[in-house]
Amino acid sequence: MTPDDLHARVPHREQHRHVELGFLQQDLSVAKIVLVGNPNVGKSLIFNALSGLYVDVSNFPGTTVEIERGRYKGFELFDTPGIYGVSSFNDEERVARDIILTADIVLNVVDGTHLERDLFLTQQLIDMGKKMTVLVNFMDEVEKHRIDIDLDRLSHFLGVDVFPITAINGIDPQLIDLAVSSAREGTQRRELHSYLHSMLSMMGSQGEALLVLEGDETVADRHGVAVGLRREELYVDRRNRVNYIVNQILRDIHPHNRFSELLGRWSVNPITGVPLLLLVLYCAYLFVGKLVAQDIVGFTEGEIGKNLWEPWIRGVVGSLMPLSSWLGSLLVGEFGVITLTTTYLLFLLLPLVAAFYIALSILEDSGYLPRLATMVDRGLGFLGLNGRAVIPLILGFGCVTSATITTRLLNTEREKTIATAILQFAIPCSAQIAVIAALLAGAGFGVMILYTVVIVAVLISVGTVLNRMLKGSPEPLLLDLPPLRLPKSKNVMRKTYIRTSQFMKEAAVWFFAGALAVGIADVTGALEFLQKAIMPLTTRWLQLPPEAATAFIMGVVRRDFGAAGLYQMNLEPFQILVALITITLFVPCVASLMVMMKERGLKEGLVIWASTWVVAFFIGGVVSQIVM
Amino acid sequence: MAVGKGSAGRMTESTVIPLIKAKMGQSLRIQSLPHGKLRAYFIRLGISEGDVAVCHERLPGGTVVLRKNRQEIAIGHKLAGEILVIVVKKERSV
Repeated sequence: MTPDDLHARVPHREQHRHVELGFLQQDLSVAKIVLVGNPNVGKSLIFNALSGLYVDVSNFPGTTVEIERGRYKGFELFDTPGIYGVSSFNDEERVARDIILTADIVLNVVDGTHLERDLFLTQQLIDMGKKMTVLVNFMDEVEKHRIDIDLDRLSHFLGVDVFPITAINGIDPQLIDLAVSSAREGTQRRELHSYLHSMLSMMGSQGEALLVLEGDETVADRHGVAVGLRREELYVDRRNRVNYIVNQILRDIHPHNRFSELLGRWSVNPITGVPLLLLVLYCAYLFVGKLVAQDIVGFTEGEIGKNLWEPWIRGVVGSLMPLSSWLGSLLVGEFGVITLTTTYLLFLLLPLVAAFYIALSILEDSGYLPRLATMVDRGLGFLGLNGRAVIPLILGFGCVTSATITTRLLNTEREKTIATAILQFAIPCSAQIAVIAALLAGAGFGVMILYTVVIVAVLISVGTVLNRMLKGSPEPLLLDLPPLRLPKSKNVMRKTYIRTSQFMKEAAVWFFAGALAVGIADVTGALEFLQKAIMPLTTRWLQLPPEAATAFIMGVVRRDFGAAGLYQMNLEPFQILVALITITLFVPCVASLMVMMKERGLKEGLVIWASTWVVAFFIGGVVSQIVM
Repeated sequence: MAVGKGSAGRMTESTVIPLIKAKMGQSLRIQSLPHGKLRAYFIRLGISEGDVAVCHERLPGGTVVLRKNRQEIAIGHKLAGEILVIVVKKERSV
């Protein structure tokens, strides 16, 4: 079908629009196709195949918060976050709702192995009066599990066209053309339909009328009407209708114990789940911590960065100005904007972050993370967190900076604050762990145990104290567990590419700024002054050698710098204990601070940052006074 | 809340219990769900009052995984304490 043919068949845009969409406000003459579906049904894959644009694909329910827009044969094509229904229960839903309300055509993607769940949204879209087509995805799994779906009857019941697809094997553009051109309103309950139309004088569209009736306050506010009270009745009705349809069209379900089902159970129950988690973490450590952080980064940072790039650029700058001049040291000195930033960004962070995102994407696409969240929910509740918070906390052991970004997937501001604080206080990042482990190994088993006990105690205290201090209580866990699936390498690589490039784009600016600030402090003598200022604290209160002050100052820039500084000193075992406790609890690295201020706001970021100073020196000092 | 007791006042098979008290493998009829937003979530995911689901997992802390057909839903301990169910079949269907 040529684009012109297709456009001729597609209905014109509805003229009444009351939804203000900001960046979504676009050319009104172009029809808008919107992909809608539950989380993990393959919307993003279809979006990528159609628009040719890269987009984030996610498996943890509700992480696709950003909206992707593309073009398909002259239409505007939107991807929406995965949702179980249209309403305004959370950010994803609010975003999806507004895009759906302005859609001319909805392509509703459903998981063929989860029709009972997915058709609720389908029926709601039909009740909204959207012109739509249903794409039943995962037909390969449907066949494999010997689920018999009567697609013709499904289409008959819904009143819209239904097409089977297996998105992972590719999308046939002809089928999409057919889906777009045949989109139409589905079968609606007559009573509800007439009722909604009687509301149209006050509303922009049937969809908005339905949402108001179902108690959506935002939409009601927009039209200055009272919210409806029929949500419960309409939901139960819809659920009954969906159950009826599923009973009519779905046959021959053969329940059987597949390996993935068994693995799913194992990963949820602590008895099997904890060893499984340790195995997963060990594999992640082998890949990120050993292969990439040590071997690959050792080569890129040590060989390429320190031995090739830095001497070369110093030579270039040196031919233009004396290296000892203030501009020379700002550019290529110890904290040089060109030397330090480039080495860190390209030769250290890039491989680490890419590896980290590969591991994360595999975990996400496998469906393991929601199960892990389920297993630890009870335990994290004591820290004021929902089970989902396990994801940022575990990621923190890789890199606190990127883990701080993933606190976004938590539902409440309260939980984001607690998770961020725990990350910044008590989770040492992989770079630091390597040095800490080496130091602890030299100090003996007793010191190792004491160190672990103190850090865990602080972690629990930070969570418990904030849980008491902040208003509210942890969100109750109610999580849809997606089936365990083998991740597709193409998907994992695409996601890694998008996320890594986004991270690098964001981090670069902050790194330059951070290096510049420390560089200026260095050339102006402020750095030295600071080192002297905290010296009494290091020698008397912590009972450490005076040089330890330098290590702490370096720790402000990068945590592993600080730990590495300690490594070079000759410390007694108990001094090692005190120094390591202090440096672990001590301020996060500059990049981490920048990200924290961006995510949590300037004020909260600075409060957490300043608190880590106080807590680190206080706890370190107390331990020092007790043991020495 | 009407608690299902037998005519002689003994606890019977149809006793209403909070979901948190359910055992692994039991088939449960959902008797009452919490009100408001959470109720809407349950209905969307395919669990409404009167439905039968299996207690697929019951973790030590009280977290429950309910299974209905292929759908698995994890429910935190607090929420599991607020949902009332009736045990309809005791056998383990692992």
